[in-house]
Amino acid sequence: MTLRDVVITGIGAVTPLGDGARTLHERWTAGNSGIRDGEAACAQFEPTDHMSAKQARRADRSTQLAIAAGTEALADAGWDDGLPYDGELVGCILGTGIGGIETIENNHDQLRDEGAGSVSPLAVPLMMGNAASAALSLAHGLRGPVFSVVSACAAGSHAIGTALRMIQHGEAEAVVTGAAEAPLTPLSRACFEKMGAISPSGVSRPFDARRDGFVMGEGSGVLVLEAGDAARARGARILGTLRGYGSTGDAHHITAPHSEGRGGARAMQVALRDAGIDPEKVDYVNAHGTSTQLNDRAETLALKTVFGAVADKIPVSSTKSAIGHLLGAAGAVEAVATVLALRDRVAPPTINWEEADEDLDLDYVPGSARPLEMANGRPPVALSNSFGFGGHNATLCLEAV
Amino acid sequence: MATTTTPQDIESTVVENLVSFGADPDVVSRDATLEDIDVDSLDLVELTQVIEEKYGIDLDGADFKQIKTVGDVVDLVVERVQG
Repeated sequence: MTLRDVVITGIGAVTPLGDGARTLHERWTAGNSGIRDGEAACAQFEPTDHMSAKQARRADRSTQLAIAAGTEALADAGWDDGLPYDGELVGCILGTGIGGIETIENNHDQLRDEGAGSVSPLAVPLMMGNAASAALSLAHGLRGPVFSVVSACAAGSHAIGTALRMIQHGEAEAVVTGAAEAPLTPLSRACFEKMGAISPSGVSRPFDARRDGFVMGEGSGVLVLEAGDAARARGARILGTLRGYGSTGDAHHITAPHSEGRGGARAMQVALRDAGIDPEKVDYVNAHGTSTQLNDRAETLALKTVFGAVADKIPVSSTKSAIGHLLGAAGAVEAVATVLALRDRVAPPTINWEEADEDLDLDYVPGSARPLEMANGRPPVALSNSFGFGGHNATLCLEAV
Repeated sequence: MATTTTPQDIESTVVENLVSFGADPDVVSRDATLEDIDVDSLDLVELTQVIEEKYGIDLDGADFKQIKTVGDVVDLVVERVQG
């Protein structure tokens, strides 16, 4: 069986750098940061700029973020006047780490303070982890495979990889995919702080010797994936190709990565094999790069395992240096950022990287963005890594047009 | 409280809440059907919660079986409050 190729025809994002995929790309590439006071909120995001008051009321903040990015991605794909395929052939697969936690917390407050009769009748459809996929499906008539993917901070990449497989195998002509997360709530903050994951300094500096934890953020990223033959037949503008996907489990520890990044390395190797691309042909890596001691060391070792002698020749940068860690949405937002970085042949910087740590000696693109150097003038190829609590690893392999 | 509540108060409460749920204020009137203003079963459950709390009455799903218009909702609540 020959697998269909899968192309990216639309992207959307809401991030702490502002509304829009291109805003994310341009501002990150310029070295701007969306982090304020140790958190990365989407401060400019106004739900009713992107949806009706009724849609906004029926959505947790995480789903509102997904609706906004999804609407942008569909318009970017040229779908704003309607779907180019029968709705039964269009899926919607979104990821989330937690789901509607703001709704859960607010309703728990109601329950405790006012009794069971005071919880909202909308609580269940707002809090459920599949709410964002359901909302985009409803808003746009997507009637193919529709569900959500939950794998902590790897959810976005797992969602996109799942969507890739659906199109490759003919289950859908197109899939709207990505992830959203809105975890800036009292309970979520307290829980992540209690486990020591959050940066006490409030600075996201992936791979730097002084890194002391991640900066929590919120946001969403959505991509429209289409079967390449179908997209070309309708004359779609193609932003890039999703060449491969690898997904592995560490089976090592519930929160810590394997000390040598064994599962992460295998995810990258599986993605490259899936893509049919040799490691030395990779031009850029969008790292998981959380700014935690453990991840950044394990990921660096994993990159050395995969790329061997050429590991220090490949620019590796972390979007989280500019927008913090969007948990389940991270992989989706980073895939969006990687699509545009490849399109513009640029490696955006790892902001705040100044001090090298022992053995963390790759090219982390410190300071400012840099043009990608490709051999033979072929379209550049990138990997985008996501590693989640639970030992869930997912890597996407993307190629520019 | 119920003894001093007028049908006008109840109509205002119903309309305000339906508008807050996203119904178009220019279209909401006594004669508008719930379908016209895109009010569905979830909206009715929310509205019920507000009305029960405000007027101290109990409504259940069966009460809404014959309801078609905004006026039907108002009349139902007026009947319960005054009854």
